[in-house]
Amino acid sequence: MNTVPKSGVAHEAQALKIRRRRFNVSLLLGGTTIIFWLIVALVGPMVAPHAPGQVVDLDVFSPASSALPLGSDYLGRDVLSRMLIASRFTVSIALLATLLAATVGVFCGLLAASSGWIDAIFSKLFDTLSAVPSLMFGLVVIGSLGASIPVLIGTLATVYSPGAFRTSRALARNIAVLDFVTVARARGETLSYIVLREILPNLVGPLAADFGLRFVFVTLLLSGLSFLGLGVQPPNADLGALVRENIAGLGFGAAAVLVPTFAIASLTIGMNMVIDAVSGGRRAGGRR
Amino acid sequence: MTLSGDPLVRLAGLEISVRDAQGQDKIIVRDISLEVQPGEVLALIGESGSGKTTIALSMLGYTRGACRISGGTVEVAGHRLDGLPEARLRGLRGRVVSYVAQSAAAAFNPMLPIMRQVIEPALVHGLMTREVAEDKARGLFRALALPRPDTVGDRYPHQVSGGQLQRLMAAMALITDPALVIFDEPTTALDVTTQIEVLKAFKAVVRDLGTTAVYVSHDLAVVAQIADRICVLRDGMVQEQGRVEEILFLPRQDYTRALVAAAAARVPAAPMPDLPRDAGDPPLIQMRDVVAGYGGVDAQGNPQVRILGGVSFAIERGKVLGVIGESGSGKSTLARVVAGLHAPASGRVNLDGYTLEGEIRHRDKEQLRRIQLVFQNADTALNPAVSVGEAIGRPLTFFHALRGTDRKAEVVRLLDLVRLPAALAGRLPGELSGGQKQRVNLARALAARPDLLLCDEVTSALDPVVAEAVLDLLIDLRRELGLAYMFITHDIGIVRAIADEVMVLYGGVPVELASHEALEGPLHHPYTRLLMASVPELRPGWLEAANSAFSCGSSAGAGHAAGCRFFQRCAISRPGLCDVLDPAVHVGAGQTIACHLGFDGLQAAPRIAQGAIPA
Repeated sequence: MNTVPKSGVAHEAQALKIRRRRFNVSLLLGGTTIIFWLIVALVGPMVAPHAPGQVVDLDVFSPASSALPLGSDYLGRDVLSRMLIASRFTVSIALLATLLAATVGVFCGLLAASSGWIDAIFSKLFDTLSAVPSLMFGLVVIGSLGASIPVLIGTLATVYSPGAFRTSRALARNIAVLDFVTVARARGETLSYIVLREILPNLVGPLAADFGLRFVFVTLLLSGLSFLGLGVQPPNADLGALVRENIAGLGFGAAAVLVPTFAIASLTIGMNMVIDAVSGGRRAGGRR
Repeated sequence: MTLSGDPLVRLAGLEISVRDAQGQDKIIVRDISLEVQPGEVLALIGESGSGKTTIALSMLGYTRGACRISGGTVEVAGHRLDGLPEARLRGLRGRVVSYVAQSAAAAFNPMLPIMRQVIEPALVHGLMTREVAEDKARGLFRALALPRPDTVGDRYPHQVSGGQLQRLMAAMALITDPALVIFDEPTTALDVTTQIEVLKAFKAVVRDLGTTAVYVSHDLAVVAQIADRICVLRDGMVQEQGRVEEILFLPRQDYTRALVAAAAARVPAAPMPDLPRDAGDPPLIQMRDVVAGYGGVDAQGNPQVRILGGVSFAIERGKVLGVIGESGSGKSTLARVVAGLHAPASGRVNLDGYTLEGEIRHRDKEQLRRIQLVFQNADTALNPAVSVGEAIGRPLTFFHALRGTDRKAEVVRLLDLVRLPAALAGRLPGELSGGQKQRVNLARALAARPDLLLCDEVTSALDPVVAEAVLDLLIDLRRELGLAYMFITHDIGIVRAIADEVMVLYGGVPVELASHEALEGPLHHPYTRLLMASVPELRPGWLEAANSAFSCGSSAGAGHAAGCRFFQRCAISRPGLCDVLDPAVHVGAGQTIACHLGFDGLQAAPRIAQGAIPA
């Protein structure tokens, strides 16, 4: 019984490989979409043919042509250029806000899971926050502080940190009662060692999935705020703002309104597919 | 065995395979052919992963998860179950074949009264009216020796004890007079003292009703009491089949022999020579009048919920103290108090004569190093995200500041010490077997180079053959390293094999403290006797002979009421004395007993205590 049967290990490795392949379709589609939007956000504005505020066409909602591949918008601006700049705003604001929300939430969640009175304070605080309707909260904060990008990021992060807090706290509390944590405590390890080395490594998978999900929520809320005119301000725009300003083109089936709509959809659905593939694979791996 | 008439159950060439993630079938049970005659009890025995439950479930036409019956036939009472559609199977389950699961607590719905759940199978199949079913259930409760059979059905599952719930579940299985009952490890989760009551009830009911049963277990001694025939399984294949006596006394296969050997009473390990010490040296660890529990502490130093009530003992260097008692007796809390995980409400724990602080954060690193804790369940005691090498290496860095190649070399040495190959250092716990995990668990504790190991049921979760090997390892390690153990277990056989001294806990109070020699002697606290008498022996007929005179109650842990805690269950108690006054402690040769009767009184009533007078 001292030697692990070789065949078992080999079999496991093979099973893992196949499992990966099964999740490939979803992972491939979602991953490609996400990478595509990341590249667009990174290099898009550099290759944009026109400035975002420049009126290049006398016709509004003109159809696609060789000069304007996605046509023109409600003011006769180049939709492609505006899409490229809007993608950068949406992706980077959402990413930064999610990172901020996740960092604050996970940090506070781990702290709360390991100490009683900290838990009491943080839980009440975050509960209060999540009791406020998110869109309402955004409207009030942005209405009073003005719609600058740092305010947007801060608002989105504030709205979504309670979720990250709840998730990480719940996960960490489950892990914290396991015997290996007790062993570490009995050894006299410091709180930071226990949290960072014993508990956190077991949360990476679920927290990554949570991060992805939160990114989707943030993207949608950002688009929603922009749709209400509280997002990125003109002449710049994000995807939500593009939808709002070109909403009149919906009747004509103008690319100016459809393309940003599909962009939001593909970004969020792509992220969802990646999460499903990654967390599903983990779950199957954990069960064996 | 003579095959008279048609068998009730016939499995022929049964093969069950599981579909893994890549969609390929892997055979987990192959070529199982067995028969059960009407009125016969067949035991399926084997270690975890041997396929015993899988085979038993196939007799319900049921397979778990991604499993399916991929070959052979399953025939029960004239019905072909393999390939039968789910709707038809539903009509048979609970009526023709019924099932008693291992955990009755998980099988009952906590929101419904017991009676409603017990008669449900009869109502679902439309076999009888509610009134008739309830009458029948009460009859079964009586047959299963349940206390207050007429009213127990009105209670909710949490209001009865685990042993009672297990019997109630048997009543649920028997209410429809099924042709076949499958018992799936029904007593494994119970204390020995409860197990014996449940086994007796099962045996009586099976005999009286002439029930045909398949009894799944890993415990050969239990099976020997209840089964007519035994089928030994390993890796999904039948190793050996035969009558109980044949398997126990004339095993043909090597594996069966190993199983029988593992189930037999162990030869006690050679006693350790006393380590050289000065006469005035304090013991390695000493506990004095420790009271521990939960909730606020009152003026007398008593917590609201008392788990341990005044425990004192000492362990010398290199000695082994065995701690036994049933669940809820405070065994694990005792270990937690020593380890500093649970601060005592009053009393002291001394290490080498110096009083230890109650809480870890007030103890110094050297004190923490010298006492190491080994948990029962290696699955949760090892961090699944941390490699074996890192898990063992961390205490080396933490206590001994070892890093780099020194640390690696020490990890390899420790792995070797617990008889594991060095290559395992890079593995994650999820890739190891149960026995390997427990060895890694042990190696991690040894890495601190402790003087005292607190072993909390370290072999309970392992298969018998593997547990045996781990126990041997512990005995070897003790010889090699001069370690002292506090060995917590519910298994008196293990304590006999390894301990120099034994403490018997009941309701958080030590009722007996005996040296190894005294434990083999004739005089014991009535509870110790009960424990000893409850361990099944590896011979048929033991159950009938073991006529315990003790009622089956639950351990009374809490409460401040004066008097002997064992009073309620004691057959030789003296009302008016035992239930009023705390028992005095009597000291004999290598033995102390907390009983009002004292040694003389116990000697005068040994036959009663042994249970010669029926209940």
